[in-house]
Amino acid sequence: MGLNELTIHELQDKIKKKEVTSTEIVTDVFKRIDAVEDRVRSFTTMMKEYAFEGAKKADSEIGKGNIRPLTGIPIALKDIMCTRGYRTTCGSHILHNFVPPYDGTVVKKLRDEGAVFVGKTNMDEFAMGSSTETSYFGVTRNPWDLERIPGGSSGGSAAALAADECIAATGSDTGGSIRQPAALCGVVGLKPTYGRVSRYGLVAFASSLDQIGPFTKDVEDSAIMLNAIAGYDPMESTSVPTEVPDYRSFIGKDIKGFTVGIPKEYFIEGIDAEVDAAVKRTIQVIEGLGAKCVAISLPHTQYCLAVYYIIAPAEASSNLARYDGVKYGYRSTDGRDLMEMYKKTRSQGFGPEVKRRIMIGTYALSSGYYDAYYKKASQVRTLIKRDFQEAFKTCDVILTPTTPTPAFKIGEKMDDPLQMYLSDIFTISTNLAGIPGISVPCGYTQGGLPIGVQFQAGHFQEGKLLQVAHAYEQHSGIERRRPKL
Amino acid sequence: MKITKDQVEYVAHLARLEFSEEEKEKFTIQLNNILLYMEKLNEVDTTGVEPETHAIAIQNAFREDVVWESLPPELSLANAPDDSGNCYRVPKVIE
Repeated sequence: MGLNELTIHELQDKIKKKEVTSTEIVTDVFKRIDAVEDRVRSFTTMMKEYAFEGAKKADSEIGKGNIRPLTGIPIALKDIMCTRGYRTTCGSHILHNFVPPYDGTVVKKLRDEGAVFVGKTNMDEFAMGSSTETSYFGVTRNPWDLERIPGGSSGGSAAALAADECIAATGSDTGGSIRQPAALCGVVGLKPTYGRVSRYGLVAFASSLDQIGPFTKDVEDSAIMLNAIAGYDPMESTSVPTEVPDYRSFIGKDIKGFTVGIPKEYFIEGIDAEVDAAVKRTIQVIEGLGAKCVAISLPHTQYCLAVYYIIAPAEASSNLARYDGVKYGYRSTDGRDLMEMYKKTRSQGFGPEVKRRIMIGTYALSSGYYDAYYKKASQVRTLIKRDFQEAFKTCDVILTPTTPTPAFKIGEKMDDPLQMYLSDIFTISTNLAGIPGISVPCGYTQGGLPIGVQFQAGHFQEGKLLQVAHAYEQHSGIERRRPKL
Repeated sequence: MKITKDQVEYVAHLARLEFSEEEKEKFTIQLNNILLYMEKLNEVDTTGVEPETHAIAIQNAFREDVVWESLPPELSLANAPDDSGNCYRVPKVIE
């Protein structure tokens, strides 16, 4: 068994006991990458030399007894996070040559905690997608079945982790982009509360929804990663200056007396039978741990998708106005004047899904339509948020499926945007309400595809979320499998 | 029809995008389907409901106006497709 198959906390223990070095871990990670990457295609950019330099530095710190929580741990970064000196493409042609002159806050924080970066992971272009098929750099494959998608938009991070090409990874989640690929690849994915983690240096998609979070092999690692990246940042004015607890202290606590809400609106017709059965078994396990599961209602659930697909494209159309071929990225040389240069640059630089969303967003914000679309959606968003506020008066956490189906086939939904959007139907509400959510593996289909269960909690209640998720994980009775690659 | 091909052309101009005839036809159909789906929101009575802009209510984030380190011009220009001196160069704007 290679060191690349272990978790952060398992490796930390070995590092502390001087049983392994960071260089040995990084060596095993790159052996694995060399063996499987041509089939999985998780990465857009490899940082091999940088990783070995980092490992050497980490080993020297370990030698001095200076061990931080992530010292020497190889981590993959979603290619939406600015890395000084390493290109940050966001999966787009328009940024294919963009080399940021600075590090994003999360990148800096992870490095300060001792992490070693192995590469940048593939993603749907500008994080717009649920399958990692819209990337300019090609499709990432699901390690559990190479004919299937890994989910998206952070599909590269989820696939890299499931394939043991890294020990942990980062993602960003605007409507489910961490939790959905985590579920489809059989790993743990956490979206923290809006404002919990700084987005300085994160390429913006929909600013009122975007949040950074970790992909990990188990729940304890999720707590370790959140400890490293959470907190207020003066460079990011929507990060919230509330105290950051030690999230690891919630790991191992029992959940006797917890109330878990089961919203009836999330168990709908059209949900895959094996997913439904796996999630219902989760409810039994949770009850067996002394928690009380109660039926609740989130009455505006059916409107989440429509609200999201107005608000997210509207904000995206504004955020993506900056890609004009002037200051960085791709520029078309076909334009005869400035207006033509803008139009040709953007039309050649963006892919079809990004253009589609810019068009929806521009239309929804245009004169005469603003009230009917953007304002209306924002009002319904208020009602969605109120549903959760009411629900959390009667329960500690909410339990739902993460996705309606297991991973679908590559190409299956590419011609039907609405069908593709429906794969985020259970994850979007979390972003609209700004609450935290986590996806944890809860079983496999007959065909061997992973299934995920989602827990949601109130604002800044990540501790509770990790507590329940960890208790479940420890008692789920699900055998730990690895994809056969 | 929620949106016509003419409107698609107008919105494309606002968004600084251009499309082939074939793309315009396809987008008109797809955008129509998406906008029809959005009609669902009209079922909801939102009279008197404040629109939500940010999930977490935060005040303006003021700070002291102090000088700190900023990107030097050569780094700011390092990714420029075309630059000259300390400026970005673009195709001509005025006839």
